[in-house]
Amino acid sequence: MAPKPSYLKDLGVPEDSIVFARGVRKSFGSLEVLRGVDLNVPKGTVACIIGPSGSGKSTFLRCINHLEELSGGILLVDGEFIGYDLRNGKLYEVRDRVLCKRRSNIGMVFQSFNLFSHMTALENLTEAPIRVKGVPANEAKDQAYALLKRVGLADKAEFYPRQLSGGQQQRVAIARALAMNPKVLLFDEPTSALDPELVGEVLQVMRDLAKSGMTMIVVTHEIGFAREVGDDLIFMDNGVVAEQGVPKEMIASPKSPRTREFLASVC
Amino acid sequence: MSRSAHPGPVDTYTVVPLRHYGLWIGTVISLAIICLIAKSLITNPVFDWPIAGKYLLHPSIMRGLGQTLLLTVTIMFLAITIGTIVAIMRLSPSTILNAFAGAYIWFFRGAPALIQLIFWFNLSMVVREVSITLPFVGTLFTAKTNDFMTPFVSAVVALSLHEAGYMAEIVRAGINSVGKGQTEAAGSLGMTRRMTLWRITLPQAMRFIVPPTGNETINLLKTTSLVTFIAVNDLLYSAQAIYARTFETIPLLMVVMFWYLFVVTILSIGQYFIERYYGRSDIDQGRTLGRILGDTFKTRNRN
Repeated sequence: MAPKPSYLKDLGVPEDSIVFARGVRKSFGSLEVLRGVDLNVPKGTVACIIGPSGSGKSTFLRCINHLEELSGGILLVDGEFIGYDLRNGKLYEVRDRVLCKRRSNIGMVFQSFNLFSHMTALENLTEAPIRVKGVPANEAKDQAYALLKRVGLADKAEFYPRQLSGGQQQRVAIARALAMNPKVLLFDEPTSALDPELVGEVLQVMRDLAKSGMTMIVVTHEIGFAREVGDDLIFMDNGVVAEQGVPKEMIASPKSPRTREFLASVC
Repeated sequence: MSRSAHPGPVDTYTVVPLRHYGLWIGTVISLAIICLIAKSLITNPVFDWPIAGKYLLHPSIMRGLGQTLLLTVTIMFLAITIGTIVAIMRLSPSTILNAFAGAYIWFFRGAPALIQLIFWFNLSMVVREVSITLPFVGTLFTAKTNDFMTPFVSAVVALSLHEAGYMAEIVRAGINSVGKGQTEAAGSLGMTRRMTLWRITLPQAMRFIVPPTGNETINLLKTTSLVTFIAVNDLLYSAQAIYARTFETIPLLMVVMFWYLFVVTILSIGQYFIERYYGRSDIDQGRTLGRILGDTFKTRNRN
C-alpha cells in the first residue's frame, strides 16, 4: 500500500476515513445549495442521510464522485481529491482520464436506475470492467453472473432493462456498481422511484451489502432502513449537516427542533 | 357479449347508413382524373412508349444510373461522417466549437444546393492553385485547382457539405434524445467522455437518427440530378445527351423518371425495415439478424 499523503494529517483526516468532507460548498448560479458540509464516513460503515427536499443531500452525494464540481471546501475519498491534484498548496484540476480512474472506485446507484437501455443486464455489468479496467471478457462475464446471483437475478442475465420491473432494474444497477469493486457505494434515493411492493427486495440487497462490510452512503426516506442498518444518521437541512448521531438514539430523541419536526412528518 | 335481457323491438330496427355525398363526388372526380391521365399516357403519341422501352436499358443510361448511385452513396457516407463531427462540436462545452458548428449548419444548410454546386465547380476562380509550403523547407506540393476539381469531385464536395448540414441536426437531435442519466451512470462507472459517447450515447441515439437518415438518402438521390448543371455524367445528364441529338425528350424523361422511382421504391422498402428494426416495441426481442428476418416474415415461434 502506498504511503498516505502528508496533507491528510494536516487536514485532520482520521486513519480509517473513506469519505471526508470539510466545509463543502456548492452553488448553482446565485443559489447556494451546500453551505459548508462537514462529514466523515469511516471504512465499513453505513451512513444514512435524511432531510427535507432541497436540503442538498443529493447534491452532496453527487459532489462526492464529482458529478457536480465543488464551489468550495474539500472532499476526499480514501484520501484522494477526486477532481483535483494537490500540489504546492494548489488544487489542479485533473484530466478526464484521471478523474474517471478515480471515479471507478466510487459506485453510485441512482434514483431512476439509469441502466444502459440498449444492453442486457449482463452487458450492463460487464461494460465498465472490460472498457475501464481492462478485465478480460470471460472473467468479467463470470464475475457478472456471480453478482447477478448475489442480487437474486441470475435468471435475468439476458434481459433488457425494459423487460425488468423497477425493483429488478435497481438490483441490476446495484450489481453494476459492485462490478467495479468500489471502495464506497453511494445511493441516491434508491427506492423513491419504486412501487411500494418492490421497495423490500432492494432494501434486502442493501442490507446484505451492509452486512458484508461495504462502506455505504445512503440518501433515503426509509427511516426504518436507516434505524436498522445505519451506523450513522445524518440530518441535512438548508445545505448543512444539522444533526448527526446513532440512528436509534437520534430517531428516539432528536436534539434539534428541525430534526424533531422532520422526523415527526415522515414517521 | 350477453344477449339483451329484453328481446323485442331492439333487434327489429334497420340501420340506415349515413350518406357521404362529398365522398362520392370526390371519388367520381378522382376516377375521372385517373382515366384522363391514363388515356393521355396511352394515346398521346408524344410519350412514344416503344422508344422509352428501347432506351430503358441503354448502356449510356445504365452508366448514368451507376454514376447517380455512386454519387448518392459517396455523398451520404461523407455527409454522415461530417455531420456527426459537427453535431458533436455543436454539443461541446466550448463556445467557439459550438458557434463554429452553428455557423456551419446555418451556411451549408441554408445556401441552395445548386448555388453551392456551381460555386465549388468554379473554385479555380477563387483559388488558382493549392500548395503546401513549409518555412525553410520549401514547397512540398502544388496542384492546379482545375486539375483536381473535376465535375465529379465538385459535386461530391458541394453536396456532401450541404447534406452534412442536415445530418448534423439529425445526429444532434438523436444525441439529445438520450437521457442525461445515461451519461451520468457511465461517468460514475469511470467511463471517459469519449467512451460514453461511442458506447452509450450514440448506440441509443441510433433509433432516432436512422429513420430521418433514410429520408435524407432518398432526398439526396433526387438532389444529385442537379449535378447535370456542371456536366457530371449522371442519369439525367445521360438522358439529356441522347435527346439533345434525337429530340425524343419525353420518352427519355420517362426513362429517367422510371429509374429514379425504381431506386426510391427500393430505398423506401429498405427504410421501412430499418425503421421497424430501430422502432421495435418497448419490449426488446434482441438484435440478431435472424430475429429481424423472423419478425419480418412472421416465422418466429412464440414460446
